[in-house]
Amino acid sequence: MIYLKLFLCFLQVGLFSVGGGYVAIPLIQNQVVVLNHWLTMSEFTDLVTIAEMTPGPIAINSATFVGIRIAGFPGALVATFGCILPSCIIVSILSYIYTRYKSMSALQGVLSGLRPAVVALIASAGLSILQLVVFAGRDIELGNVQWIGVGLFLSAFLLLRRLKWNPILVMSLCGAVSLALYAALGIS
Amino acid sequence: MRSLSKRQTLLKLFVSNLYISAFTFGGGFVIVTFMKRKFVDQLQWLEENEMLDMTALAQSSPGAIAVNASILVGWRVAGFWGMVVGVLGTIIPPMVVLSIVSIIYNAFITNPYVAVTLKGMQAGVAAVILDVVFGLGANVVKQRNALLVLIMVLAFIATYFFNVNVIYIILAGALVGLLMEYAGKKKGAA
Repeated sequence: MIYLKLFLCFLQVGLFSVGGGYVAIPLIQNQVVVLNHWLTMSEFTDLVTIAEMTPGPIAINSATFVGIRIAGFPGALVATFGCILPSCIIVSILSYIYTRYKSMSALQGVLSGLRPAVVALIASAGLSILQLVVFAGRDIELGNVQWIGVGLFLSAFLLLRRLKWNPILVMSLCGAVSLALYAALGIS
Repeated sequence: MRSLSKRQTLLKLFVSNLYISAFTFGGGFVIVTFMKRKFVDQLQWLEENEMLDMTALAQSSPGAIAVNASILVGWRVAGFWGMVVGVLGTIIPPMVVLSIVSIIYNAFITNPYVAVTLKGMQAGVAAVILDVVFGLGANVVKQRNALLVLIMVLAFIATYFFNVNVIYIILAGALVGLLMEYAGKKKGAA
């Protein structure tokens, strides 16, 4: 039965993708392309591109995309549910443990070491995106600098840091300015 | 949370997650920075440290970071139903968008207007994340503990320049923290 198959397939993706986004890609590929032949490799590459360009976690994006193509909207629901079920169970247990033992000194110690590491991880994720913006994914040299991207980034950063603007507004404005420049002057 | 009824809190939680999820492109850490702005800075439902702890837990658990983070925030803010509405708010936007895109996907991925808008938005995303990082990093430095700053710097070098698996970085941070706690106790300084 196709619904059960979709459910079990994405249950495994949800259960084994520890560490988010990029870890999930090979798992999804294995399930969807290699084991079940639901998508070709080229369709799968398109899926990854689309997932990068649209909001939301790649696992959820894939579950919806594959589910719809294989078994329509109910397929998307079943696949997405399979994908989030392991998280709902495991993370809920962790949440309980965290709340209950938060004040324990050993856990306090663990957490105090974790926090700076998490800040570093977020910083690294931010810089990777900035690098993509500034050099458009090409080599790091002056000739490849995307000046519009640099300008947008600096203006956005100032609006956020100095004027405390709403981040989603700032982000949407960046998209709008970029679109307007392209539509009006043909530059990108 | 203070003066809101349970139903209002759930509604607010749902709408916040929906809004954050709908506008957050890119990986899990992006959504976590938006959650920090919303739940810590704006609504003051969580403390900054809690949000960082939750980020570490969300990152080290199976599944998507965004979903895991919304489960943790949901439980913390409004219990079981908080978890349910939080997850729904987080998964509905990508489900709707992908449903539409899967129907029109050829036109979508080759459209230059779509591409250029998304490219501009990436610049905004980078600014949002680095803005949050500045605040968080400053708070680590303010604690005047050289070891914490060292953890931050080494973790950054390991992940950004050497692509060390995030799980090892988190485990290492946890271990150093635990050792610090015991060393502090021995000295009687804790």
